[in-house]
Amino acid sequence: MSLAGEDTALLPEADAYEQRAFGFWLYLMSDAIIFALLFATYLVMAGNTAGGPAGSDLFSLPHTLGETLLLLTSSLTFGLASVAMDAGRRPQLLAWLAVTFVLGLGFVAMEIREFHGMIIQGAGPDRSGFLSAFFTLVGTHGLHVSAGLVFILVMITQVIAKELSQPVSSRLLRLGLFWHFLDIVWIGIFSAVYLPGIL
Amino acid sequence: MEMRILGRLTADALPFYSWVAVGGAVVTVLGFLTVVGVITWLGKWRYLWNEWLTSLDHKRIGIMYVVVALVMLLRGFVDAIMMRAQQAFALNSDGYLPPEHFDQIFSSHGTIMIFFMAMPFLTGLINIIVPQQIGARDVAFPFMNSVSLWLTAAGASLVLVSLVIGRFSTAGWSGYPPYSGAEYNPGVGVDYWIWAIQASGIGTTLSGINFIVTILKRRAPGMRLMRMPLFCWTALASSILMIFAFPALTVATATLALDRIFGMHFFTNAEGGNMMNYTNLFWIWGHPEVYILILPAFGIYSEVVANFSAKRLFGYTSLVYATMTIALLSFTVWLHHFFTMGASANVNAFFGIATMVIAVPTGVKVFDWLMTMFRGRITFHPSMLWTLGFIVTFVIGGMTGVLLALPPVNYLVHNSTFLVAHFHNMLIPGALFGYFAGYMYWFPKAFGFTLEARWGKRAFWCWIIGFYLAFMPLYVLGFMGMARRTEHYDIAAWQPLLIVAALGALVVLAGITSLVIQLITSIRNRDNARDLTGDPWDGRTLEWLTASPPAPYNFAILPQVWDIDAFHDMKRRSVAYARPERYEDILLPKNSGAGVVLGGLAFTFGFAVVWHIWWAAIAALIAILGTAVARSFRDRTEFRLPAGEVKEIEDRRLRDLAKGGAI
Amino acid sequence: MDGCTLIRAPLLHPAGPVALAERDLLFTAVLVMLIVIVPVFIMAFLFAWRYRAFGGRGRYTPEWSYSAKIDAVIWLVPAAIVAALGYLLWNETHRLDPYRQLDPGTEALEVEVVAQNWKWLFIYPELGIASVNELAFPSGRPLSLKITSDTVMNSFFIPALGGQIYAMAGMQTRLNLLADKPGCFRGRNMQYSGDGFPEQHFKALALPRKDFDSWVANVRKSPRTLDRTTYRALAAPSIGHPVSYYSGVTPNLFDSIIAKYTGGHPE
Repeated sequence: MSLAGEDTALLPEADAYEQRAFGFWLYLMSDAIIFALLFATYLVMAGNTAGGPAGSDLFSLPHTLGETLLLLTSSLTFGLASVAMDAGRRPQLLAWLAVTFVLGLGFVAMEIREFHGMIIQGAGPDRSGFLSAFFTLVGTHGLHVSAGLVFILVMITQVIAKELSQPVSSRLLRLGLFWHFLDIVWIGIFSAVYLPGIL
Repeated sequence: MEMRILGRLTADALPFYSWVAVGGAVVTVLGFLTVVGVITWLGKWRYLWNEWLTSLDHKRIGIMYVVVALVMLLRGFVDAIMMRAQQAFALNSDGYLPPEHFDQIFSSHGTIMIFFMAMPFLTGLINIIVPQQIGARDVAFPFMNSVSLWLTAAGASLVLVSLVIGRFSTAGWSGYPPYSGAEYNPGVGVDYWIWAIQASGIGTTLSGINFIVTILKRRAPGMRLMRMPLFCWTALASSILMIFAFPALTVATATLALDRIFGMHFFTNAEGGNMMNYTNLFWIWGHPEVYILILPAFGIYSEVVANFSAKRLFGYTSLVYATMTIALLSFTVWLHHFFTMGASANVNAFFGIATMVIAVPTGVKVFDWLMTMFRGRITFHPSMLWTLGFIVTFVIGGMTGVLLALPPVNYLVHNSTFLVAHFHNMLIPGALFGYFAGYMYWFPKAFGFTLEARWGKRAFWCWIIGFYLAFMPLYVLGFMGMARRTEHYDIAAWQPLLIVAALGALVVLAGITSLVIQLITSIRNRDNARDLTGDPWDGRTLEWLTASPPAPYNFAILPQVWDIDAFHDMKRRSVAYARPERYEDILLPKNSGAGVVLGGLAFTFGFAVVWHIWWAAIAALIAILGTAVARSFRDRTEFRLPAGEVKEIEDRRLRDLAKGGAI
Repeated sequence: MDGCTLIRAPLLHPAGPVALAERDLLFTAVLVMLIVIVPVFIMAFLFAWRYRAFGGRGRYTPEWSYSAKIDAVIWLVPAAIVAALGYLLWNETHRLDPYRQLDPGTEALEVEVVAQNWKWLFIYPELGIASVNELAFPSGRPLSLKITSDTVMNSFFIPALGGQIYAMAGMQTRLNLLADKPGCFRGRNMQYSGDGFPEQHFKALALPRKDFDSWVANVRKSPRTLDRTTYRALAAPSIGHPVSYYSGVTPNLFDSIIAKYTGGHPE
């Protein structure tokens, strides 16, 4: 990866950025299928508790609502970050990205606490088919959010280091797609996993 | 808990359980050392690194894909001939292979042929040709293309390493649990299988995204969708299937890995597991996968049959709709792989009928190709022979496929050698012959000289005769009740047929030898077989407009397209090689070693997880993340080729064209 | 196999109505499909010969690439064939549903089948006996099988009698068969299951009423019985397990084999 002979004037054309956005949409579609299949697996296995605890024994509505609140708010703050980006206001953009990061981190922390609590109760992913499917579906989402957090940190660094150049804003656009996508998946998890488990 | 620095890796991992396995390991290691030695002796490491391994040029990446495919074809074929030899001898005896070796061989044969032979072969051909056919300078994401390649190579390396360190899976290429679960298969074999196909599967998903964006967004002016060559259409269909179907494989194998590593219960017998969920997930991927493999070959046949009939392709619109219909229907039929699960008659009948419906667009295609030959001027280039052999042989496979789609017939022949014969009958003529046709058709485009036809024809005749000898007996053996994956047997009536099948494999071996000889003699005689014009077959589509091999940018000036047979149309109007008033600077992707690094890290991660070397797995993951983040900081991934240099290259090209008599 | 000759190609020479109907469906489908396949063969060879560049005598129309009539024929003829086969498929799939009871007038003999590594256990709940690797039943009387597995997934198949169905732990599948005449057939597991897979076959004996009764009497003479302890010993992996008989079987053994995978905690 030699950097020699780099032509500073040389940036991809506008339609190259559009193509990246389109490619990212395709990636999200492919990822959505992963989630769809994990949802299907969960729904098939929701009753396979093998004599162990069921969702109603494990899920707590206030906790889940707290997680939901954090993640939905973080989507809103990311939206505000996008508005700041379009307006070219760098300090605001950085501030909103930081808020989004903190909210996302809070979400992940709450999820880890929930998982930890279940595992020490003996309701870990190796307890039953139901719990395997639960941990895998919710955990996969959690891993995505964690990856999103890394992505946010990277983008904060880039906004500071590189100003709001076209490549940076195109990356922020894709990060936004990713972050809102995870929100939608979470709404699915909330309605298909937690609500039926609690109600 | 005892922690070991190398996980469960010990000296016992060396394959001393059978002399045949030791032989395989020795050949693998020696082969590797020979390649390394020859490159070092020739002093070609720098050249290899700068010109090939780090190249983001779609043509180079495509060639490397095909090289992987051909190497793995040899390995997969060795497996095949070993199985045929075992079954030819193993009447009332154990033959020469112990069961724990035989089952690794049938597992690695299927895994290699599907994931590491067919997939890289078609991905390589799409890479080399599709950008040229649509008049583009590269794929949409050249760096991601390199990552895909190296992930595939990482997967292939895991399979090869399993031959030397540890064992490969014994659970077949489909890895059904609970047999593949930790309870019944605690060793490393299934883990090698899982991580090999995970790595290549992610690579394939990325390739799918790349090709879709390339085809939909990078077409030359005037190249409307309904003017795209059929190969581009089938590549598009195949890519769409890649991004929609491969997630199912990812989920199936990832959850199986969770069962195996963390003791989860997705597919275990007890504790709420359900093995049929795996079977469903696997085939939700697995059936579209058949079309991922076959559709690009259909595209190649469409190109070849029109070219060597010197005639426009018949029923272009029908072929396009048939292709897309097949792609869509391929998601509606997965249950036909397990009619014997005990589903209700309504369910089985539904999936049976859905399966048969696919026969309609497939039949349409066959007749369109025949009608293309009708009133043509057919020359029997080896590529055309592969096509003809395909048409005749494939309809037999199609017929047995419809038989298998009838649930009551399926109950009779499921899991028998009849099934083995059927899917080889689809995939050898349906996919592999197509790739060979494409290889011989497009070879001059990639390397600048044509392949010698005589040995190509010999290869074809050996392959097709060997195919019939090897697989027709398996149909009959299915009627005799022989189960697939049988290591030995006690029914004397089976043996003569198995001997014929083994002879068939030997004839195929002669076919493979012919391919090798063809390549060697063609390289030797390359000076007499130079393709100066870039258009050795009087081609009809845009890839023949470029030089052979093409300039890094393919087209100095993006072509204007007016017709389905865009290049044929240009030649007719005598505008094909018109010289532009001036040339412009061209942006091209810079080389990058990050793809190689990511592939190496993926291999390390896979190997570490297989052997439970957790520290190495975590380190590899962090390194992967670090590499990706570092790469994301680079804004300028392209370099500018000045117009002056473009002009020099194009002037040389025009001189060659004049020498070749094209202008 | 001792004492009986195998049919060379059991699928082509069925010994019962199920296998016969399945085979006949196969033959019918092949004949119907020949409507498409024969023309393909003829056209492929004829066109390749007639339109060859060197010496061919066919007309050459390089720009001709479409005909609505031909397009219609090549879509509609395969579609019509698939429609006909689809109709046949729907009816035959329902008629030959392996769960469907054969000949409702006669009471079927019920046998419970357990796949083990690497052998087959047959429990006769009405008679209170069991056998390993030998399934005897009266010819001319329907045989109704309940099938499960106490190991990995297996696939139960007696080629001469037709049908094939998976055996899966914690689940029960069903298969209804009938042998027209007395005979001795090979049955086996078709789904690869490990080292003992090649030997995992059994003898299926369709016996005249009288012979079946004496077979039962013979089994009843066995000193061995099958309770939970002896069952566990039997279920341990073994290759090429000899035919063996059990004169007594703990009640509900079959259900308890299934239940141990569904109840939550295996015993």
